[in-house]
Amino acid sequence: MARGHHDIGGSERDSGPIDRAEHELEDWEILADAVNQALGVVGVKRTDELRRAREEMDSELYRSLKYYERWIASMETILIEKKILTKEEIDRRMAAFDKKWGEP
Amino acid sequence: MSDTHDKSGEHGHEHPRHELGYYARRIYAIRDLLLEKKVLTQEDIQEQIDYQEQRSPANGARIVARAWVDPDFKARLIKDPKAACAELGIDATSLNEFVVLENTDKVRHMVVCTLCSCYPRPILGRPPDWYKSLNYRSRAVSDPRGVMREFGQSVGPDVEVRVHDSTADIRYLVLPIRPSGTEGLSERQLAKLVTRDSMIGVVDALPASAARA
Repeated sequence: MARGHHDIGGSERDSGPIDRAEHELEDWEILADAVNQALGVVGVKRTDELRRAREEMDSELYRSLKYYERWIASMETILIEKKILTKEEIDRRMAAFDKKWGEP
Repeated sequence: MSDTHDKSGEHGHEHPRHELGYYARRIYAIRDLLLEKKVLTQEDIQEQIDYQEQRSPANGARIVARAWVDPDFKARLIKDPKAACAELGIDATSLNEFVVLENTDKVRHMVVCTLCSCYPRPILGRPPDWYKSLNYRSRAVSDPRGVMREFGQSVGPDVEVRVHDSTADIRYLVLPIRPSGTEGLSERQLAKLVTRDSMIGVVDALPASAARA
């Protein structure tokens, strides 16, 4: 059985030096962290569910995303699965932001 | 707060500006929808931001320093870590299972989450970026001694290195060895020697001289 993209332990592809630079969290990262934790507190999702969503993500996407981007993508998957939000309404809200602020 | 937000959003909270990336903008959309549908309140979210801000390696350092000066506390800490944390006013109850790993002259423990980034957040706060990096997650299990060397720590061949892979349900804290020459130091001075990285287990605690720095 092939390894999942999350199953990194001992992977030769990831055998380089460890980058120890640290970055100050941006507001959207702090928000993603807090929304995730809050969803756990109110009982909407569990840590293992979020992890499963990340594990099922497209492999190249998984590797290309920043840490909290992965969290956001997997949170969205779980919220849609549980029929709490729909992809369409998130897309619509994004479009409204883009209209208000200009396209990125 | 940085200047990437407009505080005049229609819901009374900030909205993202266009320079943010796709997922960054997406979390604001998700947040707004969750608030509108009353899945979460703004207070729920703020509570988590505040909670994380109160968590830092200083909490772990207090626990370790107490264990160094008080053998009975150390015994309780290893037997029932959550109860021992509560004695110091540190709330570890949100962890499912919490294990304290005692380093000795014969054994060094090192903590990783190969599958993601599980970490004793209620004690130490959010994990450092390197802990979440693919290279650390890979090499912690295949080359732990090499990783320790990279962090500046040499470990003799007679010392066993045990790597612990965290899960959604089990989180670990390493209890580093009390450095030599620290007999005269106060608990507060000792806590200064206990770095975040020493509680992850990639390095030992700082030498006694660092307490006076």
